[in-house]
Amino acid sequence: MIRDYAHCIDDDRLEDWPGFFVEKGIYRIVTRETFERGMPVGVMTCTSRGMMQDRVLSLRQANIYEPHVYRHLISAISVQPDDSGAWTGRTSFAVIRTMQEGAMSIFAAGRYLDRIVLEDGAPRFAERVAVLDSRRIDTLIVIPL
Amino acid sequence: MDGMASERLKEIVNWPGQGVHRVPYRVYTDPDVYAEEQRRLFRGPVWNFIGMALEVPETGCFVTRYVGDTPVVMVRDEDGAINVMANRCAHRGNLVCTQSCGRAEHFTCVYHNWIYDLKGALTSVAFRRGVGGKGGMPDDFDMADHRMPALRAETFCGMVFATFDAAAPSLTDYLGDEMRDNIERVVGRRMTLLGTYSQYMPNSWKLYMENVRDSYHASLLHMFQASFGINRLTMDGGIRLSDDGWHHVSYSKEATDKDGEATYSGKKLRAMDHGFALADPSLIDRWPEFGCGTTLAIQSVFPNFIVQQIYNSIALRLCVPRGPEECELMWWVLGAEDDTPEQHEIRIRQSNMIGPGGLISMEDGVVGGWVQRATRRDGDATTILEMGGRDVAPSQGSRATETSIRGFWTGWRATMGV
Ligand code: FES
Ligand SMILES: [Fe+2]
Repeated sequence: MIRDYAHCIDDDRLEDWPGFFVEKGIYRIVTRETFERGMPVGVMTCTSRGMMQDRVLSLRQANIYEPHVYRHLISAISVQPDDSGAWTGRTSFAVIRTMQEGAMSIFAAGRYLDRIVLEDGAPRFAERVAVLDSRRIDTLIVIPL
Repeated sequence: MDGMASERLKEIVNWPGQGVHRVPYRVYTDPDVYAEEQRRLFRGPVWNFIGMALEVPETGCFVTRYVGDTPVVMVRDEDGAINVMANRCAHRGNLVCTQSCGRAEHFTCVYHNWIYDLKGALTSVAFRRGVGGKGGMPDDFDMADHRMPALRAETFCGMVFATFDAAAPSLTDYLGDEMRDNIERVVGRRMTLLGTYSQYMPNSWKLYMENVRDSYHASLLHMFQASFGINRLTMDGGIRLSDDGWHHVSYSKEATDKDGEATYSGKKLRAMDHGFALADPSLIDRWPEFGCGTTLAIQSVFPNFIVQQIYNSIALRLCVPRGPEECELMWWVLGAEDDTPEQHEIRIRQSNMIGPGGLISMEDGVVGGWVQRATRRDGDATTILEMGGRDVAPSQGSRATETSIRGFWTGWRATMGV
């Protein structure tokens, strides 16, 4: 699932992205300094699958930005069962962003901190927090990491 | 004072005529203009936002920040006072504080161990008397003659400002009554920090500050609210300016139901509108936080500071210049100490509207770079800033005006002397 998630975003199948989460799933992108101080506000906070759908609809229909694609590089995947029958996951990621004119940059690097549960026999994220190593976002972030 | 003579700067800028309704594109790219801004403007008679007092809660707590692009340290000393000084060692110019924040009893420059107290005074010089009677500083070297360069610092509503200019007016006078009123309204209570991040933009800091003051673009560039039909009927709105026109508040009040409900659910807000439907309208839940009914207020304090209230989303932003054609927008997202748990959650959800990933605001990060790209080779060409007239005056009832951008250029021309 962790690999499929990366392919889903990189392949621009963003409409499928909320499906990786449970209905009340949480998706957040926060900077390392915000995370380490235990502060709640990041650069994206979705507290339901519906809110993720709204993000995708907005980036397709409303938001204005220069077209670009991501390439996720994920490694050091570790998933451990916890006492409640769920799993706790941690994965390193780097995202290379390629703009329509060809400019490429390392857009983000950090770790995913996951809580994974079984729903109808399939694993889904109850929570996925992308903790960014840098406090700085280049220009804007519209596609989820 | 070193730097460039005014006549030479005037030649370079080549400002067209006397007004502030035409800006030559050269000022967004020219390295000499940028260098003079650092000297005349950021170190001139302006108050620069440094940070919040709550970021340095106790003696010795410090953060490193920027005034223009000059590194500074903000620290709380033993007397509880907040000091701001240039982050530069008196010896040979090393950065004294290399951490972004922390707590210290004093500051030690790691290069040769010169030590400064929390007011920036030099208190110790390593090997001052030499080693074994040899070397050391000359006898007439007096530590009292040297320090980390001090800025004047003042605090208003928990926000710390500083200036390099001994002749600058007090912060109170600099802001003026109307600007202080809005700051007091939005953050004049015990606030908490909910998150921090920054946004790096490939454009002049001035292009971003124009964007912030540009009440004309809001409903044209940002399509999120229109697409999802979130805007309600605007009852009242306009632009307030400080007397000199340098600072502004753009505000609006939306119609609200008078049914005494404590919280307006996003579902209800959506009900009277058209467009796409939000799958989860709790994104736009809100409560009437301010007795005056203001639902949106964007305030800019010259040169590069912003106080934002969008519904219940409160944030401070500082646009730090990072060279002639780059800037970094630093964000402080705030809550109030007496927020209920429900209000706290509403603020967190509303934070999706703002910042580099803001559903409403993300476009502001990209237009500046587009302007920069399109104008770089056309320094003599100019913008047109005539929406709402050519003067700098408050505007009642309409936000289809560029008056507050003209106010920015009034401050820019005055401080730059061009
Ligand atoms: S440069 Fe700071 S002690 Fe020498
Ligand atoms: Fe905007």
